[in-house]
Amino acid sequence: MKKRHLYILALSLTLLGLGLFAYKAFVLKFPLVEDTSALIWNLEVHATFKAKDKPIKVGIYIPRNTPEYAILDENFISQGFGLATTTPDEGNRRAIWSIRKANGKQSLYYRAIIRRMPTDHVPGKPKNAPLTKPTLESPLLEAAQALAEDLLSKSADTETFVQALIKRIHDPSPSETISVLIGNNPSLETKLNTVVEVLKASRLPARVIHGIRIPTEPRSVQWEMWFQIYENNSWRSFDPLTGTPEISGDYVEWWHGTKPFFKVNGIKKFEYTVSVAPNQEEAIQAALLSTKLAIPKLLDFSLFNLPLQTQAVYRILLMVPLGALLLLILRNIIGIKTFGTFMPILMALAFRETQLLWGIILFSLVVSLGLGVRFYLEQLKLLLVPRLASLLIVVVLLMAFLSILSFQLGFERGLSVALFPMVIITMTIERMCIVWDERGASESLQQGIGSLVVAVLTYLTMSIPYVEHLLFVFPELLLVLLAGTLLMGRYSGFRLLELRRFKALAPS
Amino acid sequence: MFAIAKKLAKAGVLSLNCRNAEYTLWHNSRHLYPLVDDKLTTKLLAEKAGMAVPPLYGVIEIEHQVRGLSALLKPYEDFVVKPAQGSGGDGIVVITGRRGERYRKANGQFITQEDLDHHASNALSGLYSLGGHPDKVLIEYRVLFDPVFEAISFQGVPDVRIIVFLGVPAMAMVRLPTRMSDGKANLHQGAIGAGINLRTGKTLSGVWKNEIITEHPDTEKSITNVQIPGWDTLLDLAARSYELTGLGYQGVDLVLDRDKGPLILELNARPGLNIQIANRAGLLTRLQLIEHHASNLKSVEDRITFAKQHFAPIGNL
Repeated sequence: MKKRHLYILALSLTLLGLGLFAYKAFVLKFPLVEDTSALIWNLEVHATFKAKDKPIKVGIYIPRNTPEYAILDENFISQGFGLATTTPDEGNRRAIWSIRKANGKQSLYYRAIIRRMPTDHVPGKPKNAPLTKPTLESPLLEAAQALAEDLLSKSADTETFVQALIKRIHDPSPSETISVLIGNNPSLETKLNTVVEVLKASRLPARVIHGIRIPTEPRSVQWEMWFQIYENNSWRSFDPLTGTPEISGDYVEWWHGTKPFFKVNGIKKFEYTVSVAPNQEEAIQAALLSTKLAIPKLLDFSLFNLPLQTQAVYRILLMVPLGALLLLILRNIIGIKTFGTFMPILMALAFRETQLLWGIILFSLVVSLGLGVRFYLEQLKLLLVPRLASLLIVVVLLMAFLSILSFQLGFERGLSVALFPMVIITMTIERMCIVWDERGASESLQQGIGSLVVAVLTYLTMSIPYVEHLLFVFPELLLVLLAGTLLMGRYSGFRLLELRRFKALAPS
Repeated sequence: MFAIAKKLAKAGVLSLNCRNAEYTLWHNSRHLYPLVDDKLTTKLLAEKAGMAVPPLYGVIEIEHQVRGLSALLKPYEDFVVKPAQGSGGDGIVVITGRRGERYRKANGQFITQEDLDHHASNALSGLYSLGGHPDKVLIEYRVLFDPVFEAISFQGVPDVRIIVFLGVPAMAMVRLPTRMSDGKANLHQGAIGAGINLRTGKTLSGVWKNEIITEHPDTEKSITNVQIPGWDTLLDLAARSYELTGLGYQGVDLVLDRDKGPLILELNARPGLNIQIANRAGLLTRLQLIEHHASNLKSVEDRITFAKQHFAPIGNL
């Protein structure tokens, strides 16, 4: 019959979707649940400066493989610059960009993907012979040696020695020897330098480490400093404040020594940021790798092939069909009326940026103020299209006004009103006004609030992280969704609200 | 909840999804919609087929013509302004007379020429049409309703809605304007719908805002057991509109004019479902019965006989 075609289509779409899903999930081992304990991070150094027709040379330290972290991939982005990587001193790496002539604002990027190695990972013997020679000169060298001897006599092993040293260094009222060593600028840097010098003076190979601490969410980071001591053929990190060995695994070494991060020639103002973002796709990367080996062509059509920015957009876009499905259920199965078929979805997308509560407040404000203006425009007897255009202008002005007002009052969130789909809001205001005139205020408000409720429900559905992950990793599930909507297209049963409407017709 | 759904399904109540999925989508081809969505086309079509319609006074098709509206209206004391593609009765203005420069609406309020011009240009821009398309405005004869409805309608013209499926009248109701509906005969605007016994043409009980009633809320007169005059003519007009448009499932709106008798007001390709509440009966069972016998019902007479035979309520209310 007429329905068989549809059933076969829906069934094949479902089977295709589920089949692909099952193959990816169970054979290729794509992760079903988001891996929250990320082991892979993206590092990025973004440097900017102004060039003035002079030869330029920019050198920055870049991280290297350590027992704790391995660099999986790295790349350098710079337009027109020559690039060289060097090892200026033992165990450090440096990238040097150079150009004979450049003008205007320049941007350089260094990007790396690093992976935390398992804790039971046995490091190989470092090739570099540790530095033992103290760099201090007398009389500071003597002071350091005296301090070292004093501490050695009061400690049992390296650990207790280091802890005692750190305690002395951080003492709010330091002894005379310490004051001499640190100088009159007791920053963490000078303190750590002192620690390293004292350790060297007591014939313990030591060095200052510059690095970063990995944040839990993507953001830019500041340099952290700590120190290491060479013991039993490997470098051990020590906490710079307590002197305990085994600092947290969140610290990533970048370079050692006391030299500054960058060294530039021919530039006045050099600025840079270092940012870190967790790369949650470890399991996916592994799955992708195995896919690459098994079926090289399949991967060409994967979302993971897209640039990171575009991937982020698709994470949101793939949730829109889910919102549409919900809208379909609310309208055709429940029977809720909304202004405009897809208006709630657009509002839900806007809510993603404004956050829910602010979204509702801003939406209500813009719509009610807009309604006021629309009622005023009614008196001017304008033609439809000019009236809509005027209303659109007023809506944009209202949004700008709300942004300025909320910024003045210190509500940052108010600024995101700019993401509202203003054309849709204008149409909503116009439709509300017409319904208000013809069916009364209560019907109009009912439909307005109904639309808002649907938008909120859509937003809540579209922001379930688990589903977002699932749809992004397995976009073929949309085929199942499509089958569902196709079937619902032939749903001819009652809508929930019709049951109330036709209740009188039910034989009691 | 499911219990109610089950009971309603058993009573043969037609749901909106079912009307769309099983009836309008299958029996009303898309290309026929323009015939009924534009009231001007419907009117010309019906006139050509020799069916009675309210006479047309004039049409406004472009904004510029709005300026000539007052000149166009000069010869007429009373008239109706109607968007050609309006849905659900929106945008219809009934003028019952003049006082000086002003027009009197059916509810007794006065409006100026300027108000009327603005209304016409709004309608032209598509404010009342289904998809917001540019529209036309019709100026036509104001129906003077039959005295039989005098006691049971409040300002405005009652009309008769007959659902016709494959040429067979399936269900009918009379829509009575109330104070709430502003003289309009549309149920969602607050008019009363009273079911009609298809065999006799007498009214059953009514529904007002989803509430079952037997008396008109404004005039307090009984609305049940009122004989609709010229019932057979109405049924004949309704049944013949199947051949007129070719739409398998349509709602035929008719009025009874004091002087001109039954007139076709408009046709509707997506008639509403409230008619079931007015009749306190489900439509689905009737549609299925018609579908089953459709092949034997060729002539208009056969179809009317079939309707009269099968679609009279058993326990008369």
